[in-house]
Formats: sequence, structure tokens, C-alpha cells
Amino acid sequence: MAHADTVIDDTVFHLEDDHGHAESGSSTMLGFWIYLMSDCLIFAMLFAVYGVLGGNYAAGPAPKDLFDLPLVALNTTMLLLSSITYGFAMLEMAKGRVKPMQVWLVITGLFGLAFLSIELYEFAHFIHEGATPQRSGFLSSFFTLVGTHGLHVTFGLIWLVVLMVQVSRHGLIAANQRRLMCLSMFWHFLDVIWIGVFTFVYLMGMLR
Amino acid sequence: MSAGHHTDTSDQSHAHPGVDHGSLRGYLTGFGLSVVLTAIPFWLVMTNALGNQMASAIAIMAFAVVQIIVHMVFFLHMNTRSENGWTMMALIFTLILVVIALTGSLWVMYHLNVNMMPGHDMSQIP
Repeated sequence: MAHADTVIDDTVFHLEDDHGHAESGSSTMLGFWIYLMSDCLIFAMLFAVYGVLGGNYAAGPAPKDLFDLPLVALNTTMLLLSSITYGFAMLEMAKGRVKPMQVWLVITGLFGLAFLSIELYEFAHFIHEGATPQRSGFLSSFFTLVGTHGLHVTFGLIWLVVLMVQVSRHGLIAANQRRLMCLSMFWHFLDVIWIGVFTFVYLMGMLR
Repeated sequence: MSAGHHTDTSDQSHAHPGVDHGSLRGYLTGFGLSVVLTAIPFWLVMTNALGNQMASAIAIMAFAVVQIIVHMVFFLHMNTRSENGWTMMALIFTLILVVIALTGSLWVMYHLNVNMMPGHDMSQIP
């Protein structure tokens, strides 16, 4: 009898576990959101460092000598377009249509790649002009802040490619949907951080 | 699952009934607003339309704040109901920390800089 009770308990336990598992996708979202908030704190610290050191040119180049606003505007456009195309991919996912979703993800990846290429071109241009990270406090904090954002985009792109392979192999299973939702939040979050970057670093730098 | 999580979007998957994927209209609205809210600050700085740096700085910061809210609402689907309000709580907590860290750092370091100026020599004080 005792043994039978255990079995019944066990079954109930598993049923409840399955039920809990069905909702765990939702708590994953909350956990991932809290991760994003901690990432937000990292960026807040880097913004604070830039705010403190951003005026120390050490007789080197100032933002006005370096920044090319049309290029930054183009970069901003790329990231904003990648945000909306990822949104379109999410809408296709909600309808369960794998092929159009993959196409939108590819377009998102291309826009993200364009953003990274433009940023790397900009960095290479700065370094070619002698505006290296070790030149002044302004440049150190600039490269740290913008570079950290660029690294996030890089890892977002790697994540995107991995997820596209996952979806093509396993389809739109619940786990893949959850992962795509997390990447969606990550990707839009990076666009939010970029709003801060182009406002405080580039536009305010040109006003200084 | 829980009815409280449901939103008014029609195109939701069966696997995630509680998750808000947004709607086409929402994404397009957010995109349109973002384009406008990005273009105006760039235009303000590139053409110096206001003719006053302080006014331009305040204006572009205001546009950035509005655009961040637009992204939060239309792209990240923030609302006070999701996860029983815990995402909003986490956001508010983070915002408080960010404000303390930013204003504190800038304030303290600005005053340190001012007091450490080379011309500020303590030995000349009687």
C-alpha cells in the first residue's frame, strides 16, 4: 500500500512538474529581463565613465574633429531596421510560419552585420588618424562604451545564427520559440542602448 | 493559462498563450515614431536649428527619453501586467540605480575636478 501511495504521489508530482514546465517559459522571460536590467547597469556605469572622462582630450582630437554624423545616422538606421525586421520575424513565428520567419531573421542578421561593419570602419578610421583608445581619457571611455555595445551586437549575431540553425533542424518547438523570444528582447534592448549612445556620445559630442 | 496575461493581439501562438508577440500595427507604429524621434535630433544638431547649444542638448535628451519609452512599449512590449508586474518592478528598480549611479558619478567627479584644478593652490590660502 505504501508503495502504491508513493507511485501515485510520484505521478502527481510529475503532472505538476509538467504543468510547472509549461509556465517556465514565462519565468524564463522574467529571468532574462532581469539579466537585461543587469546589463543595463553595466552600460549605465560605462555611460557614467564617459560622462566623467568624455571631456578629457589630453590635447588630442575632440568629438568635433572625429565624429561623422551622416555615418552615425546611417548606423542608427541599420540598427533600427534590424529591430523592426526582427519584430516581423516574431510575428511570423506567432503564426507558426517557419520559412518567412527565417527570411526575416536573415534580413535582421544582414542589417546587424551592416551596423557592425560601419562601426568597425569608423573605429579603423579613428585609429588610422591616431585617435586610439590610449590617446586620451575621452577616447578610452568612447571605445569602451561603444565597443561594449558592438560586442553585444556581435554576440547577438552569433546567437541569431545559432538559433536559425536550431530552427532549421528542430522546427518551431516550444524551446526554440522561447529562445527566439529571449533574443528578441536582447536585440531590442541593444537598440535602446544605442539610442543612449548616439544621443550622449555622438550628438552631445558635436554640441560640446 | 492565466487570463490576466492575455492581451488584445489576435495573432498569438498556441504554445505561448501568455506571451505577447506584438502586432504588425504596433511594430509599424513604433518604427514610424522611432524614425521621427531619431531624425529630429540629428537634424537639430546637424543644422544647429535652435542656434543654442544648451537648448539643443536639452531637446535631444528629451527626444532620447521619448524614443526609449517608445521602444519599451512597442518593441519590448513593456506593460504593468506582464509577469504580474515584476518586469515593471525590475525596470523601476534598475532605473533608480541608474539615476543614482549617473548623477552621483557626474556630480562627485565634477566637483573633484573643479577642486583639483592646478590653479587651486591650498598654500596660498591664508
